[in-house]
Amino acid sequence: MIEGARWRRWVFFYLPMAMFLVFLLFPFYWMIITSFRPDGELYRPWNSVNYNPFWTTRPTLEHVRYLFEETLFSQWLWNTTFIALVSTVISLVCGVFAGYALSRLSFPFAGSLGTGIFITYLVPQTLLFIPLAEIIRNYKLGDTPWSLILTYPTFLIPFCTWLMMGYFKAIPRELEECARIDGASRWKAMLYIIIPVAIPGILSAGIFAFTLSWNEFIYALVFLSSPEQKTVPVGVTSELIRGDVFFWGPLMAGALLGSVPVAIAYSFFVEHYVSGLTGSVKG
Amino acid sequence: MAVQAIETTFGEAPPPRRQRLLEDERWLAFMLLVPTMVLLGMFIAYPFARGILLSVTNSRVGVPGQFVGLANYYKIWNDTIFRTAVYNTFLYTAVTTVFKLGLGLWLAMLLNRDFRGKAFTRAFILLPFIIPTVLSTFAWKWMFDPTFSVLNWVLYHLGLITGRINWLGDPDLAMISIIVVNIWRGVPFFAISLLAGLQTISPELNEAAAIDGAKPWQRFWHVTWPLLLPVTMVVVLFSVIQTFADFQIVYVMTGGGPANATHLFATYAYQIGVGTGLLSEGAAISLAMFPILFLVVIIQLLYIRRVEVR
Repeated sequence: MIEGARWRRWVFFYLPMAMFLVFLLFPFYWMIITSFRPDGELYRPWNSVNYNPFWTTRPTLEHVRYLFEETLFSQWLWNTTFIALVSTVISLVCGVFAGYALSRLSFPFAGSLGTGIFITYLVPQTLLFIPLAEIIRNYKLGDTPWSLILTYPTFLIPFCTWLMMGYFKAIPRELEECARIDGASRWKAMLYIIIPVAIPGILSAGIFAFTLSWNEFIYALVFLSSPEQKTVPVGVTSELIRGDVFFWGPLMAGALLGSVPVAIAYSFFVEHYVSGLTGSVKG
Repeated sequence: MAVQAIETTFGEAPPPRRQRLLEDERWLAFMLLVPTMVLLGMFIAYPFARGILLSVTNSRVGVPGQFVGLANYYKIWNDTIFRTAVYNTFLYTAVTTVFKLGLGLWLAMLLNRDFRGKAFTRAFILLPFIIPTVLSTFAWKWMFDPTFSVLNWVLYHLGLITGRINWLGDPDLAMISIIVVNIWRGVPFFAISLLAGLQTISPELNEAAAIDGAKPWQRFWHVTWPLLLPVTMVVVLFSVIQTFADFQIVYVMTGGGPANATHLFATYAYQIGVGTGLLSEGAAISLAMFPILFLVVIIQLLYIRRVEVR
């Protein structure tokens, strides 16, 4: 623990920590409280008398009901889950294969290919969305989930590859050589010996890829147009705002419920997520 | 065929052609890399080339354009909104990076201590980073709402303000608000990555320095910081790229307003390319980010190589 007097502990540890926690978590508290607060309380000017914004005595499920009955929210949830899962699986398969090849096989141009994949990892989605939208239209993929399932791997594969390379490099060569001496082909040695050992890495990459594709916004915003095809972030943005009118109750309920799946996936695999996050940076 | 027929007469069946190819290291590597290359080629390399071609034509939505040379680049160069967007992007990236690094490092140092509920705290602290940015930014937009702002309520009851503050209605305040949200979103990423870096530093080094009489600040500056620098560099460069190309926070908070005062490259490219349908001009605006991103990537590659060589 921290050395020194009690006041030092408070000044140098508890107080800053509390400030960080309030700063980082208050928006979520505000999201939750707004989701369950009746409209009559929500739209009270900030300076009205006897107004306590931090609590409600009359919680309501009206906004959640509105979300599921008056909008396509459940459809958006399904779309997002489907797109995130399929693109994660595609990216994992590609990333594991590519990571294996780049870290454990020797072949010409291995180094420059690795660098090339690393560079694509750093290409932000906002650099290419306009030409990509045209290409998606030409391939007749516009306004279908496939427009996202095929484009999300562009930012997921490089990161999965990079992460898996780190994992594969750490597995001793002898393990594979033993299997090869026992008569396993290269392919089988990879599939049955090396990949099972790398499961924690695959799990980290998968969790991280799932949250990334759940959170993606600009491709989904540009490639999808009809309300029933949208993902949660885009649906909430475009269907719960009419002109200048924001439906704050349903909006916050949608934000809350749209965050729950990632929060659940995250809470089960915090350690894997953190190692994915830090691994993806350090490589 | 003939060779195979002869070989099969000798008891053991030879491996089929496919398997023999997979035994060859180069072929196996090639096969394993094909799916990745196809996807990245189709949706990164091809769009990139396509974007450059698009930016030297005058295409609009549904109208195939003609070659116009650098006219689009010339046009955006003289566009005052574009210039504001460039200025904003640099300001946004610089200010948020400084704060994210400072606060992230501070938080990482706090988390590197032993205290009750450490795992729990660390898990909660990452929430701003994992929750979809668009959704959490809406919470911020609602907190900054001109009429119902909870921030105004707090400031008013603390006696700091007497009238309301129109956070998103004033260009400077709107920029500050956006910067705050970006810092909020980025601090956990910095903190957790730097914490991972801190944990690789052996505590014995700090103890040895303490025995030699180094004060906490000296210990940080001469022991911890140099050892943390490689991780810090990578995290900063990574974050600079993401921030420089940011879209979501501005799109939700202000949409580039008031009066186009808070645009970044990406939001302005969206407004021109998708909003008004001037595809080629929009492509030119987002490609204008490329030289700077390229520079950062080069620095990062050189740095990683240097660290690996060492």
